[in-house]
Amino acid sequence: MTSIDELYRVEWGHLLSALIRVLGDFDVAEDALQDAFAAAVVEWNGAAPRNPVGWLYSTARHRALDRLRRRTRFEDKRVAIAEAMATPSRAPDVLDDEDAVPDERLRLIFTCCHPALSAEAQVALTLRTLCGLTTEEVARAFLVPTATMAQRLVRAKGKIRAAAVPYRVPEAGDLPERLAEVLQVIYLVFNEGYAASTGDALVRGELCAEAIRLARLLRVLLREPEPELDGLLALMLLHDGRRAGRVDERGDLVRLSEQDRTRWDQVQLEEGRTLVRSTLRLGPPGPFTLEAAIAAVHSEAERADETDWTQIAALYERLYALHPSPVVELNRAAALSFARGPAEALPLVDALAEPLAGFHLWHATRADLLRRLDRRGEAVVEYGEAYALAGNDAERRFLARRMEEVGGTRGALTLPE
Amino acid sequence: MQYLLLIYEDEKRWSNMPQPEQENEMAGYLAFGKEFAASINAGKALQPTTTATTVRVRNGKRLSTDGPFAETKEQLGGFYLVDARDLDEAIAMAAKIPGAKAGSIEVRPIMTFS
Repeated sequence: MTSIDELYRVEWGHLLSALIRVLGDFDVAEDALQDAFAAAVVEWNGAAPRNPVGWLYSTARHRALDRLRRRTRFEDKRVAIAEAMATPSRAPDVLDDEDAVPDERLRLIFTCCHPALSAEAQVALTLRTLCGLTTEEVARAFLVPTATMAQRLVRAKGKIRAAAVPYRVPEAGDLPERLAEVLQVIYLVFNEGYAASTGDALVRGELCAEAIRLARLLRVLLREPEPELDGLLALMLLHDGRRAGRVDERGDLVRLSEQDRTRWDQVQLEEGRTLVRSTLRLGPPGPFTLEAAIAAVHSEAERADETDWTQIAALYERLYALHPSPVVELNRAAALSFARGPAEALPLVDALAEPLAGFHLWHATRADLLRRLDRRGEAVVEYGEAYALAGNDAERRFLARRMEEVGGTRGALTLPE
Repeated sequence: MQYLLLIYEDEKRWSNMPQPEQENEMAGYLAFGKEFAASINAGKALQPTTTATTVRVRNGKRLSTDGPFAETKEQLGGFYLVDARDLDEAIAMAAKIPGAKAGSIEVRPIMTFS
């Protein structure tokens, strides 16, 4: 039997989206669904009804309609009378059918990811409403106090109501642009779980899982195949599949080249690689697909020194054509340094000094090339620069170690105030 | 001559005001409306800035962002009061205003009093 907890995890977004559609109000729908789950705990008494999802849906709907009627009577009797006169005595079929819970999640995705909401509100609302994370869980995942997160959600829902942010799937003309925004939100959720090295590890791992779940759901809900959605899903599977190798016993991040590759989740990596291959056949790849292809090449190497760097450099070149950012170019240069040697890559890295001199990875990359060219004195200086700019301790420990290898001393390392 | 009279004030003042004072102030607005009924073409109260969306068109691409217009280098140059089905329709209209290409259009819902 499915437990209520499991139903909550799996069906929350589905039920909530259907209720919002019927009730026209996020808060009323959310409160009613919360009530219905609380009622289920008491009334099922361990034995779920034949159709638990239908039970939750109709219980929540009845409670919400009751509440709306009471509220209407209280606020304005005339409105209640007018409504009673206008409403047919029999509700539409969809409301009567206890078994039918329409899937309205696609509308909900586009409402939560509406560009009129701030990016952080889009992410928070998506996690709260579609994924069913509690406000506390969302707050913990983003390292903000619960009250702050609650306020953010209240404000976003207030804006949806007051400004009439529509609850619908955008028209065909707007769809590509709006879908791109939805993909960004899913990617933000994933990155929040993947990239940060602080915070509640459990909740963070959950964020990655939620992002993957959202992408899978979106694939089911959209009728047309969407190559960049597949690319994004592949990218997330390929990064998440390396999760177990990314952290050592002390909880420190381990660099890709030093990871124990036997700890990678080969099943998930294979799913990612298969998806990349099928997406590449659909047409010219977008940025997510190219990044997924790069991750796929990494995942194929059993040892770091077996990596096909020539192919990775070529993929970065294609990514740069779509997304001309100096960081992409830096990555291409680093790949080239392994494919063709550090001497060839160094001028490319030097050319990026102007945009990237404040970025620790530019200094770290340059230091690494100088180290491999045996230009030790210059390497020490660059490691020092990278150390001063690095964002976290694990990275600083790595840089200090490397600097000692080229003859530098830790005493020379300084941190900015 | 026609003039647009723009009401600027701290929106928190209103939301923090006790109800009797709010009613008092509303009465003041009603009295103003009555006194100048012959001169007033249109007047509306706006929802707070937390409900605002700013729309710009740059290189033919439409950009919507959460929040009110906050640039001090641009000044209010005109307005349209429009009917729209929802925010998407209002944003689509805003993006077609020629001023959206160089400046910004703030889309603010109108307050309705029940």
